[in-house]
Amino acid sequence: MLILAAAHQAGWLGQGIDLAVAWLLANAQALFDVIKVSVLALVSMTEGLLEWPPAWLFALITAALGFWRVNGGFALFVLLGFNLVLSMALWSEMIATLSLVLTASGLALLIGLPLGILSARSRLVWRLVRPCLDLMQTMPAFVYLIPAVMLFSTGSVPSILATLIFAMPPVVRLTHLGIVQVPDDLIEAGRSFGCSDRQLLWKVQMPNAIPTVMTGVNQTIMLSLSMVVIASMIGGGGLGDVVLRGIQQLDVGMGFEGGIAVVILAVILDRLSQSFAGHRGSSLQTRLRGWMALWRSA
Amino acid sequence: MHSEISIESVWKLFGGSSPEWIEELRSGGDADQLHASRGVRAAVQDVSMEIHSGEIFVVMGLSGSGKSTLLRMINGLIPPCEGDVIVQGRSLNAMSVRQLAELRRHQMAMVFQSFALFPHRNVLENAAFGLEVAGLSRKARHDRAMQALERVGLISEARKRPRELSGGMQQRVGLARALALDPPILLMDEAFSALDPLIRKDMQNLLLELQAEHRRTVVFISHDLDEAIRIGDRIALMHSGRLLQCDTAQRLLHNPADDAVKRFFRDVDLASVLTVDSIAQLPQQQLVCELGEPLPERGDTTIYVTDHQQRLRGLLQADLGWVDVSAVRSLSMGTSVKDAIDVVATSSDPVPVLDDQRRLLGVIGPRQLLLSMEGGAQC
Repeated sequence: MLILAAAHQAGWLGQGIDLAVAWLLANAQALFDVIKVSVLALVSMTEGLLEWPPAWLFALITAALGFWRVNGGFALFVLLGFNLVLSMALWSEMIATLSLVLTASGLALLIGLPLGILSARSRLVWRLVRPCLDLMQTMPAFVYLIPAVMLFSTGSVPSILATLIFAMPPVVRLTHLGIVQVPDDLIEAGRSFGCSDRQLLWKVQMPNAIPTVMTGVNQTIMLSLSMVVIASMIGGGGLGDVVLRGIQQLDVGMGFEGGIAVVILAVILDRLSQSFAGHRGSSLQTRLRGWMALWRSA
Repeated sequence: MHSEISIESVWKLFGGSSPEWIEELRSGGDADQLHASRGVRAAVQDVSMEIHSGEIFVVMGLSGSGKSTLLRMINGLIPPCEGDVIVQGRSLNAMSVRQLAELRRHQMAMVFQSFALFPHRNVLENAAFGLEVAGLSRKARHDRAMQALERVGLISEARKRPRELSGGMQQRVGLARALALDPPILLMDEAFSALDPLIRKDMQNLLLELQAEHRRTVVFISHDLDEAIRIGDRIALMHSGRLLQCDTAQRLLHNPADDAVKRFFRDVDLASVLTVDSIAQLPQQQLVCELGEPLPERGDTTIYVTDHQQRLRGLLQADLGWVDVSAVRSLSMGTSVKDAIDVVATSSDPVPVLDDQRRLLGVIGPRQLLLSMEGGAQC
């Protein structure tokens, strides 16, 4: 008890973390530079791609995607929502946020999906990964910002990396869950027909796990969005910046405008990514036919 | 008939295995005690059997008798703790993982009690699964899967999802998935147990039809004795992981190895299982007399007259005298006792049972008939 109390007074754990970060800064600067440059290149490329079409074309493409994957009502929402963002003069901020979200969740999926598959196939890996995921999910989001700033200074790179860590757990967890919960008799059927481990994964386990995995992907994208807004505190930029300025200047209107734009983006990202989880309503053809009939009768 | 699959004193313990425990069980140790003291369940204990090529071999037992475990040892899904399984002359123990996969892709296919169809694939893609795993091109596997679906009568459902079909139809898909591979060995794990009785009978008939078209070695797991008797060429009875007896249904009925085997047959409808040749007895008076030789005087009872090859020539009845074979009512070998009741009951004399060469195997009177129904084992 004495030792614990003494250690507590000295803040030994916090000091240890400080020391570790300082050591990393002194000895692994080259590694962080490489990460910084590559992530920066990735996010600029994404942003360049998203900025390339004019706002009206971007809105039309997204609405078309919405019509194909979800329904006509949603396509209308996309058009109206983007129009509202444009009228609030927050278009470039929204594109900046979107490119941060897509880069961060893209990287999270790139790491998270294989990690989830690996944890489903090896108990040892899952035993190691699971406590890390618990830690990543329960640690207050702001805490990631501090080491990210220390290692990568401010800007979009630390924002993306903090977001990546915050948003990765769901896709790992749900990929693992999706594969593990494939019924035993299907696995046995696969094996009895001579599946190799790889065939079993791609022909039996993954196809059956897809709805669960896609729910994880959806969760990761949504968490990315929420974290990217918070990351404006370390210079992530985008819509979070607008909200932050609203808070700092006690400008309720500005804060609200930024918030509404975030909500519109969130709804669009959520519905679109959810539509890939396999719960689609009527097929595109039936809906097109319905619309044609409506148009003719009008 | 050579043996396609030979199971050589296999053991399987679940929950941990050591040679000492197997040795203990082998020398008469109690499996229940092992389970109580160490949590180890002896699923299969020292089972050996030979399964011949082209036969329907039924492994019969109640749940927990180890029959499903045994089936999974034939395709290597479960490796035995001790002993070996030889398939087409090759030891499974000696096979690499890749060789085992090759064996499953080309030599054997399995049909499951729970159907185990892939919900993300349509009926055709399900039927083509084994061929896809074996690496066939899309066109080739779909052609062969269509042929298999045709044989089970599901061509029109090819584009549907499994969940849109009834249980019986789903199991037809399961059967088509196995048949598409055209394997010499079919493993059927309680394949029809989840179906209702009428559909089950349909499926049994389908299996028998398929078997008549093209003989495969079928290992069929069942807990239903009527099913086992109906489709099985030979039946292996298992209880608590041990093989009780393995023989044709007839011989199991006649020569049960012990009381445990007898108990299995307690509720069986004997009249439909027993055949007339198995209960026929030699006639009281039989005479060998070639054509042209003078017939003896008629006696007090009916005399059955045969030639030297034991072929029945006719009856010398006490009251009517000579009746030629063409006018004698007889039963042919393989007729069930049930179907013989009518003939026996309306004949004045014991009815002769003849084989396909019209040789006299024996005669059946009402007495044998009644005794046989009282208990096949006693007669």
